[in-house]
Amino acid sequence: MADIAEPLRPAVIAPKHWGDLSIRLRRGAEYIVIPLLALAITALLFSLLLLALGKSPLEFFALVERGGFGTSFSLQNTLQRSSPLILTALCVALPARIGLVVIGGEGALVLGGFASAVVAIPMVLGHVPPLLTLCLMAAAGMLVGAFWIGIVGYLRYARGVNETISSLLMTYIGIAIMNFFVEGSLRDLSNPNKPSTMPIGDAYMVGQIPGTDVHWGLVAGIVLSILLYILLSRTTFGFAVRVAGGNPRAALAQGLPVGKLIVICCAIAGACAGLAGFFEVAAIQGRANASLAAGYGYTGILVSFLARHNPLAIIPVAILFGGIVASGGLIERRMGLPDATVLVVQGMAFVVLLMSETLYGRFKIFQVRGAADRT
Amino acid sequence: MSLLKFDRRTFLKASAASVLATGAAAGGARAAGVTIGIVYVGPRDDFGWNQAHAVAAQALKTIPGVTVVEEENVPETDACAKTMESMVNLDNANIILGTSFGYFAPFMIDLSKKYAKVQFRHAAPLWTPALPKNLGSYFGYLNQAHYVDGVAAGLSTKSNKLGFVAAKPIASVLSNINSFLLGARKTNPSATVQVIFTGDWSLPVREAEATNALVDAGADVITCHVDSPKVVIETAEKRGVKTCGHNASQAPLAPKGFITGAEYKWITIYKGYASDLTAGKTLPNMVSGGYEADMVQNTPFGAGASDAARAAATSAIADLKAKKPIYVGPLKDNKGNLVIAKTYDNLDPYLDKMDYLLEGVQGSTT
Repeated sequence: MADIAEPLRPAVIAPKHWGDLSIRLRRGAEYIVIPLLALAITALLFSLLLLALGKSPLEFFALVERGGFGTSFSLQNTLQRSSPLILTALCVALPARIGLVVIGGEGALVLGGFASAVVAIPMVLGHVPPLLTLCLMAAAGMLVGAFWIGIVGYLRYARGVNETISSLLMTYIGIAIMNFFVEGSLRDLSNPNKPSTMPIGDAYMVGQIPGTDVHWGLVAGIVLSILLYILLSRTTFGFAVRVAGGNPRAALAQGLPVGKLIVICCAIAGACAGLAGFFEVAAIQGRANASLAAGYGYTGILVSFLARHNPLAIIPVAILFGGIVASGGLIERRMGLPDATVLVVQGMAFVVLLMSETLYGRFKIFQVRGAADRT
Repeated sequence: MSLLKFDRRTFLKASAASVLATGAAAGGARAAGVTIGIVYVGPRDDFGWNQAHAVAAQALKTIPGVTVVEEENVPETDACAKTMESMVNLDNANIILGTSFGYFAPFMIDLSKKYAKVQFRHAAPLWTPALPKNLGSYFGYLNQAHYVDGVAAGLSTKSNKLGFVAAKPIASVLSNINSFLLGARKTNPSATVQVIFTGDWSLPVREAEATNALVDAGADVITCHVDSPKVVIETAEKRGVKTCGHNASQAPLAPKGFITGAEYKWITIYKGYASDLTAGKTLPNMVSGGYEADMVQNTPFGAGASDAARAAATSAIADLKAKKPIYVGPLKDNKGNLVIAKTYDNLDPYLDKMDYLLEGVQGSTT
């Protein structure tokens, strides 16, 4: 056990003096400098593309700044758009730490949101207090999301089913299940042209963070990110997860319950996506309908990979992505670029960041003699 | 090598830009004139619903003093609300036109309360007097143009069987099918219309299957009511049958068989908004109409339209402009029930609640 523990938790083992801090800072810097470098290269590549199209990169980046971050409205727009991304990115990050590539957050989001809306119907009709209703809605969303991705984890460990494929395919099943009910038995007949469940009504909606236009989903996302970071890096559970993610055979040999850990990680991940679905229903749509499948689950994959599956890093990366998406419209309107421009930027960032993975450990400045690399 | 040097400069410029940007290059506040923001749910070149609006937006841009800002592929989530807000806050839009059904509730209702000085108009008849006064609806009676399609189709069929690929059995779709039948019956009393419902607004594979099934069943003129008629028209053209369009012009898709098509003429409504705003007048909350108000039109005749069909369709258009009724009672539905007892005016609200297919249409609403 000690052989594995030592490289994983060097800070604890190392003697406590000033050198310790400098080691940690240098190590930390690597995880900041390399992604920033990758983003700079993305900006450069995209500038080339813009020049080839005869557009000004200068104007482009000015518009990103203005549309995403420059005004108070833009900043709130960005934060609002990033809040579901934080939660769906967590749905990818947690399984990733135990070595699974789960890309089915979209399905958990849709079903979680749908479950919240369904649970709300009898409570709204029965005039149950809003706070209690919202708590139960959130619980329902998280439970259903946890169950959904939990299935993926169970199939993985019990049957050896590839979790990437199963989670992706289950997304289609999830969306179909929601559509089946929304267009059938749970359809609100007073809304004949867009099949939806019964609206929960203004009194039951989650409000905005005071003084802003941003709903509470952002706070929930940030709090969960921090909690999950602590869970992964400061608890025995997190330690076991990282060991199992690093080498499942070794973990099994050490007597770790790998199968159970996989299912728990997937369930927590699904709960995060389910919570994102709850906020889509309770803070935005007020009902469940086909608009729940808006692609947040897929963008979350990108965010998690860019954050290297680190829950804390997910927060700034999601905000960056929210900003790019938020400014996408302004770019389309002012520069006459197609709406796919934003997707091109995202795709370039993804490829460059994946390639930058090979840079870790190659710069001497970040390396500390005698300390092994951290996973 | 020179390219590389160029890159570095660009990169430096770009990095400098992100630092200096605030309010500089992207300012663009437009003081004079009217700024109109238009939001689409799909691509502007979809040969259908979105394109019909985009064509009007393009025409609006030619009016002096009018600035148009557009955004396409905006989903019916809070993304549409944020897009509209961005147009208000960053582009100083005076009016926002939301062209997709799901934008209205809750998004445009909430925004109209939040931005009382901005006008919001939505392309479906959903506004009610209880809602804010700076919010409103606009739509066109496209069934009138489908009636004209039918008149031309009746003279174009040899089998007397017409095919209709429809999305959902809701009132606006049913009215188009029934009007198409009545138009065809006017020039060809033995014409029948066979309808297949696909179940949703955009299901390209099922639309192609439905088109093929209709042609296999003997239909030699095909039309449709789906979001983007591209697949239906192209499939029918490949099968060598004639076609009538829907929403926007599909004439380029069927160089041999295209007869004419039912098109919205949103520019009439949009121009009205622009001139009212420029003149400082209060905008109407509800704008709707058909040929009599120049809000719908038919696509210019294609190669599939015979001289007789052209003449009959042209005179049908003149009739509609003169408000000659389409639904001349008594009419029975295809189950034998009397559903239209008397003759109704073309804009009569009674017709908006249509939930039946008339006698002569083969198909079922359930």
